[in-house]
Amino acid sequence: MLKIWSMKQKQQQDANADAAAGTRKKKVTAAQLRVQKDLSELALPSTMKTEFPDPDDILNFNLSIEPDEGMYKGGRFHFTFVISQNFPHEAPKVKCTQKIYHPNIDLEGNVCLNILREDWKPVLNLNAIIVGLQFLFLEPNASDPLNKEAAEDLRSNREGFKRNVRSSMGGGTVKNQTFERVLK
Amino acid sequence: MSQPLMVSATIPGPSPAMASRWQYLDNVRRHTGPFTDPDMFDTSEAAVAQIEKMKILVIGAGGLGCEILKNLALSGFKQIHVIDMDTIDVSNLNRQFLFRQSDVGKSKAECAAKFVEKRVKGVSITPHNCKIQDKDEDFYMQFTLVICGLDSIEARRWINSTLVDLVDEENQDSLKPLIDGGTEGFKGQSRVIYPTITSCIECQLDMHAPRAAVPLCTLATIPRQPEHCIEWAHIMAWEQEKPFPKLDNDDPEHITWLYKKALARAQEFNIPGVTYSLTQGVVKNIIPAIASTNAIIAASCCNEAFKIATNTNPSLGAQENYMMYSGNDSIYTYTFKHEKKDDCPVCGNLARGLDVDPNLTLQEFIDSLAARPEAQLKKPSIRAQKTLYMQSPESLRLQTAPNLDKKIGDLVSNGDEIGVTDPSLGRVDFKYKLRFTSDFVSKDKLTTNGDAN
Ligand SMILES: [Zn+2]
Repeated sequence: MLKIWSMKQKQQQDANADAAAGTRKKKVTAAQLRVQKDLSELALPSTMKTEFPDPDDILNFNLSIEPDEGMYKGGRFHFTFVISQNFPHEAPKVKCTQKIYHPNIDLEGNVCLNILREDWKPVLNLNAIIVGLQFLFLEPNASDPLNKEAAEDLRSNREGFKRNVRSSMGGGTVKNQTFERVLK
Repeated sequence: MSQPLMVSATIPGPSPAMASRWQYLDNVRRHTGPFTDPDMFDTSEAAVAQIEKMKILVIGAGGLGCEILKNLALSGFKQIHVIDMDTIDVSNLNRQFLFRQSDVGKSKAECAAKFVEKRVKGVSITPHNCKIQDKDEDFYMQFTLVICGLDSIEARRWINSTLVDLVDEENQDSLKPLIDGGTEGFKGQSRVIYPTITSCIECQLDMHAPRAAVPLCTLATIPRQPEHCIEWAHIMAWEQEKPFPKLDNDDPEHITWLYKKALARAQEFNIPGVTYSLTQGVVKNIIPAIASTNAIIAASCCNEAFKIATNTNPSLGAQENYMMYSGNDSIYTYTFKHEKKDDCPVCGNLARGLDVDPNLTLQEFIDSLAARPEAQLKKPSIRAQKTLYMQSPESLRLQTAPNLDKKIGDLVSNGDEIGVTDPSLGRVDFKYKLRFTSDFVSKDKLTTNGDAN
């Protein structure tokens, strides 16, 4: 055991590190520090806002997106972010809290975004996810359907799909499903 | 999976040839060899007896843990502790050889300890039937080294950062070598970490391939494999129908519900292969375990433990610290040095001591940080356990701005750690451990409850 300790002492002389004194107190976890870092680097456009129900708990927050172009313009969409202590090894869990008509978001609020699941890597950050979510509203994607009917609708009849999106956003009924009013 | 044949439920006692048990081990410990370090190796009776006084902690009493406990006991370690919160499942019996049919439902840590104690005379194994997070720093402080046989990355990260935090320059016993074994099918690795000195689990996080996930849309629309149907039941059907308030992976009723859902979906898409045990495996994220891979990796971990404890031979650690093993295509091993990362959030980033006057306001403190040479901060955000001040996002800035006028002593306690991030720092961030330079008496506290403490 002595051997390791002599290495440690040498390292200390090399680094000339300040010694931390005093009793051990509360630590900042790696996940918290990483989320803090991601948040402090976040440059949100005016179309997106965060909301922290408890500002001391940065691992749980809400995001609202108000697309200023595309078929979903005029709506306000709410998402919850739940980040575990295993972040960034594990992606945050993101859900839409409203029932909306979208080919890549199902009626339960699950979101089909590759970097939230199969393509998540620890080098990605919260900004990448938020940009990805925004993109889903600008370019809904019929080839990765989570709501199959909506995807089919988008693929076969883009104009009809647009009308259905508008009607769903107003709280209307599309294909026997009543949606939540999301207009601002 | 067919059940292995259970031969006997009784544990055989120690063999009569006890004295000869340690003969070869003693040869290694009492004679210098070509690789012994003359400065460190000591053949005196006292040095040889040292191994019996060392307390070793084994984390995990599963496939790897059973092997590790057996190997340590047969390598001359006498004081072993084992920690595992799990109970024995019938599916464990084919490889977790310290357990018998009659142990199903009992604590893994307790059964493993009892079995090895009975088989190897003179060894004491103390079981802890709980989570590693339930134990405090004093508990971990008593051990000489820690060996992990875990299947969870989260648990590895926890023990890693705990051991890094334990290191105290004033006390050489605070440095606990961490030996980590892991297997997945025919592949595995063993690695040795000297907390704060060499590359840690967090530095090596990229060595763990994230769990292969299937796109949600595949699950939702075009499942092709039985696992897709189970994942669908797990992620989507459960959320939609909520048959029970909260999913408990260990509750057979919950797994049965998922199994039935998955089976119905598999039938709809003509996919064979959904079974109860596959459902359990997918939901609990059980990685395929092969007994012989566990044996190989556990043997490597225990060899390193023995070498570190006795200095008989050079061990993994200071230079090469990572041995990867693959039996996928005949056999392949590769041992290399994984470099420590300067920007590692756990070990590259040890909290520095920082003197601070608790009577400063948070704003004054932030201004003083900007003047520190290592920091050069432009827009620092600061958190302790609570959020003190975040420059971004805007909602959080507004929520935390009132703290700027509060005194440091009202926001944190002496000795607390703070994390400082700043976009201008790039990938580096700072942790400081605050040392109050004067006493602090909160005015608020004085006026509200009259208690000056
Ligand atoms: Zn590290």
